[in-house]
This record gives sequence, C-alpha cells and structure tokens, in this order.
Amino acid sequence: MNTLGPVLLEAENLEVYRGETLALQLPKWTLRAGEIMGLIGPNGAGKSTLLLYMAGLLAPAKGHLSFEGTILQSTGDFVAYRQRVTLVFQEPLLLDTTVEENIGVGLRLRGIPKAERKVRIKESAERFGVAHLLTRHARELSGGEAQRTSLARACAVKPQILLLDEPFSSLDPPTREALQQDLGRMLRDTGCTAILATHDLMEAACFADSLAVLRAGRVVQCGPVGEVVNHPIDEFVANFVGMETLLVGVVRGCESGLFTLQVGNQEIAGTGDATLGQELTVGVRPENVTISLHPEGETSARNCFAGRVTLITSRGPFLKVELDCGFFLSAYVTSRSREELGLAVGRPVFATFKATAVHLIRK
Amino acid sequence: MDLIWEGIKEALRLLLTLDREVLSITLLSLALSGLATLVSLVLGVSTGVILALNRFPGKRLVISLVNTGMGLPPVVVGLFVSMLLWRNGPLGMLHLLYTPMAIVIAQAVIATPIIAGLSLAALQQLPSNLRLQILSLGASRRQMIWMLIKEARLPLLAAIMAGFGGVISEVGASIMVGGNIKGSTRVLTTATVMETSKGNFDMAIALSVILLLLAFAVNAALTHIQQRRRPR
Repeated sequence: MNTLGPVLLEAENLEVYRGETLALQLPKWTLRAGEIMGLIGPNGAGKSTLLLYMAGLLAPAKGHLSFEGTILQSTGDFVAYRQRVTLVFQEPLLLDTTVEENIGVGLRLRGIPKAERKVRIKESAERFGVAHLLTRHARELSGGEAQRTSLARACAVKPQILLLDEPFSSLDPPTREALQQDLGRMLRDTGCTAILATHDLMEAACFADSLAVLRAGRVVQCGPVGEVVNHPIDEFVANFVGMETLLVGVVRGCESGLFTLQVGNQEIAGTGDATLGQELTVGVRPENVTISLHPEGETSARNCFAGRVTLITSRGPFLKVELDCGFFLSAYVTSRSREELGLAVGRPVFATFKATAVHLIRK
Repeated sequence: MDLIWEGIKEALRLLLTLDREVLSITLLSLALSGLATLVSLVLGVSTGVILALNRFPGKRLVISLVNTGMGLPPVVVGLFVSMLLWRNGPLGMLHLLYTPMAIVIAQAVIATPIIAGLSLAALQQLPSNLRLQILSLGASRRQMIWMLIKEARLPLLAAIMAGFGGVISEVGASIMVGGNIKGSTRVLTTATVMETSKGNFDMAIALSVILLLLAFAVNAALTHIQQRRRPR
C-alpha cells in the first residue's frame, strides 16, 4: 500500500449531464497523491462518466475540478491537465500503426525527442511484456496483447494520475490475471495515483487502498477498503461488497459494546453501539461463518446455531452453502470440507461465527 | 458488325500508338477532374470533420442535404453553374464560362458532397471513444482531428476515389459549362459524345476504353481498401 500524500484532485458540487440525464453528482470528492481508489458499482452507475470527467474530457453543468489546488477553467488548463492524467479505456483503442508508434504517441504529442522516446517506449513495453511486439502492427495483436499495448501507451507518458476504466473486463481469466499482476507491480513501483473502475469487487480490493461505491451517479460510500467491505453503510453497498447475509432484528440487550439482537426466534450477538429496543440491520460475511456437524463449545465465537442446508452453489474455488437457522445465513466452504462434512441439501449442521463478524449496517 | 469490329481495331491502334489527340484529351481530363477532386477534398473533408465532431441544431438536416448532394445530377449542376457564370449572371464578370476553370468549378460542386458524405461516414465508423482516448493521451483538439483523419485514411482515400470517379465520368455538366472546345474544354466524355454523333466510332471506342480503364482502376483500389481490417 502506498503512503498517501496531499490532496491531488478535488471535485466540488459537481453535476455532469449526459444528454438529458444527470449522470454524476459529487458534492465533494478527493483523491490523494499516491492513493489507488477502486470505483465499484453496477453497470450504468456512472463509473465511466466519473472517469471521463476526472480525465478532463467531459464538461460539468455545475461545479469544478481542481488539480494540485488550482481550479481548472480555460481550454488551455484542460489541455495541460490532460498531459498529466491519462485514461485507459475498456477497449484498447489502438491506432492503425505499429505497437511502437502506439506506445510512443503520447510522448510524440508532448514533443519528446526521438532518442528519449525510444528509451521510454522500450521501458514501458518491457513493463507490460510487449517489448517483443514493438514492430508488430496493432491489427495483428491478440486481445490481451492489445490491452497490454494500451496500458504501456498510457504509462509511457508517466502520468501523475492513471485512470482505468474496466481495463481487464474483455480479457479471458489467465490473461486478465497476468495483466493484473503486471499493472499492480507497475503501480507499486512508481507510486502512481490511480482510479480503477470495475464491477468486480475482488479486483478492486486487490489493487486499491480505498473504495468508492457508486449508485445512480452518486457515491454512496467511500473509504478504506476494509471499512467499506466490513461496514457497508446500507444494504445496496452490503450486497455489492459480498455481504450476503443481511438480518433485521430488535435489540434485546446491550452492554459494553456488545449487543444481542433478536432475529425471528433466535438471538445473535454482535459488537457495536446499540440501544435497547432499537431496530437494526446487521450483516455477516459468508467467509466468516464456519460449518460443523457438532456445536463448537470451545471457541470464542458467541454465535452458534443449528440449521439445515437449503442450497449449495459453486463459487469457483469454493462453494456457497445457504442455511436455514431460523434465519437466512450463507457460508463459504471448500470442496474438501464439503466432502468431509458430507454436506447436502436438507442435512442438519451447526453454523458458528464471532460477535465481531456481525457488522452493524444501519441504525 | 463490321463497323464495330473495325472500330475496335482502329481504337486499339489509337491507344497503342499513343495518338496525339487521344493523349491530349486524356491528360486534360485527368488534370481538370484531378484539380476538381483536390478542391472537393479540402471542402468535403472539412465538412465531414465538422459534421462528425460537432453537435448543433439542424445537424440531421445538413447530413440529409449532403447525402442528397451525393447523387446530384450533373446536368442540374451544369445548368446552375452556367447560370452563375453567364455574362450577365452573378459571377459573369469573371468570364469563366466555356473555360477549363468552369469545368473544374462544376465538377467540384459534384464531387464535394460525395467526399463530404463519405468522409463523414469514414469518421463515424471509427470507435466512438477513440477521439477521447487521443485527447486523454495529451492531444490538443487540432492534433486530435489530424490523428482521426490519419486513422480514417483508407476510407478517406476511398472517398477521394469515389469523388474522382464521379467527375471523370460525368458529361452533362462539362458539356454545358465547358462547351467541348477542342484543346481547351474537350474532355474524355464530351469528346466521346461528339465522336459518336459524328460516326467516328474508332475514336469514341478508344476514349471509352480509357474511361473504362480509369473506372476499373478506381474500383479495384476501392475494393482492396475495403477488404482491410481495423486494429482492435
């Protein structure tokens, strides 16, 4: 994780329209030097609009953008700003020429002499593993090679802020993973400030220091990754960050930061400030729930419930098990534990989770 | 039947021996239509760029007008350009009627909408985010436009050839504003009309063969360009 510097980019009272619709509304938004921000949200939430705006490519109806403390106003300001901030699109958008010329195009636009251009093209191409393709024509590249070239082109100009609009989403999984690693290394090595838009939480969580969750053109929550993932402020964010179990109940007891919540006929222990008789929503992340065949008496976990398996679905490397414990609960298990426990729909099991795994969502 | 056969044989002789008159008519045609295409290139591509990159009220109407203009009948253009250039017309003081320049003007009027319409299409078929990507890499607006034109160079080349193909083969406007004056405004098409009406089939066929070859060359090049793939 990079150490964060002063505020680099700031937007205030911003409203951006695309056509007739209000596509983005940011009362206040900041990006600090060295920060890598993950921008997540469903399709159409305004991720691309935000990036286009931060790239200096869209005019706002209201509000302004300031870079290093100076408000951008004239066309000249924006041209100068765009020389320091580069956007990488989802599709590679290469020019109809060689890989080398493509990577060098930003350098050429900045009037960098040929000798230096060559050095920087090579450096950037090596970073993204396309150095052996320099003489190749852009038309002859595979999807992964084209996206690598696009990233190398953006990084060749050493932007102060790199904006990435779902750069991996059109790639197959192995290609995507390799490219993610290269990009992650590049971001760490250079300490570059970046915003990565994605609809994949895991991708955002791998790269980012902070997460901003967008919904219908507004940032609904923004903060450090751990905070957003564990303490979503509402059900929308909770669903989006993979907090699959959401429970509503009434507080029956509270004492020194610990509360008991009645959900249906069961009582769940959680941590946080609550008042007696209050209605609360809490969330439990599926990876924090353990499934066993016998009640686990010897653990520090305060919550242990008997229940039945209602559904088992594959989640790639592991399985998602849905339980009925008098309330809905979902848990992740590996395929190995599924075999050991003999998990099948209808099987009675015990589910255990700590009080600290119960996250307060809304008061 | 003999007449045709003799005509073809004589035409081949005229072509193979590079007959002086055939050669001078061909060169004049190429020069006038080439110049007209050049003028249309500047006007047409500018129009295409303006239409492709800007939003303004009435844009659709302008595009419809340009597209209609792509099929402008040469005789109609000939009539209007003649009227403009008549001695007592609005541009009569320029004394351009029945000069090579009059042909260039009329042909430019024909080719400009063709090139404008096709360059608009060429620019619109580029990925819509390409413009933003180029700007984001640090280009000024002027640099961005130049890079887009370079990206669309092949379809733009096709537009130029379509424009050239349109004017080298038209006869209506050239004969009306040029008058088919030997050595001055006699071009391939007007000469073909005249030689045919005089019964000089050998000459008419020779000129037609040249026109056909030009048309073939233009189309072969067009086909070649259209079969290419864009980068991803």
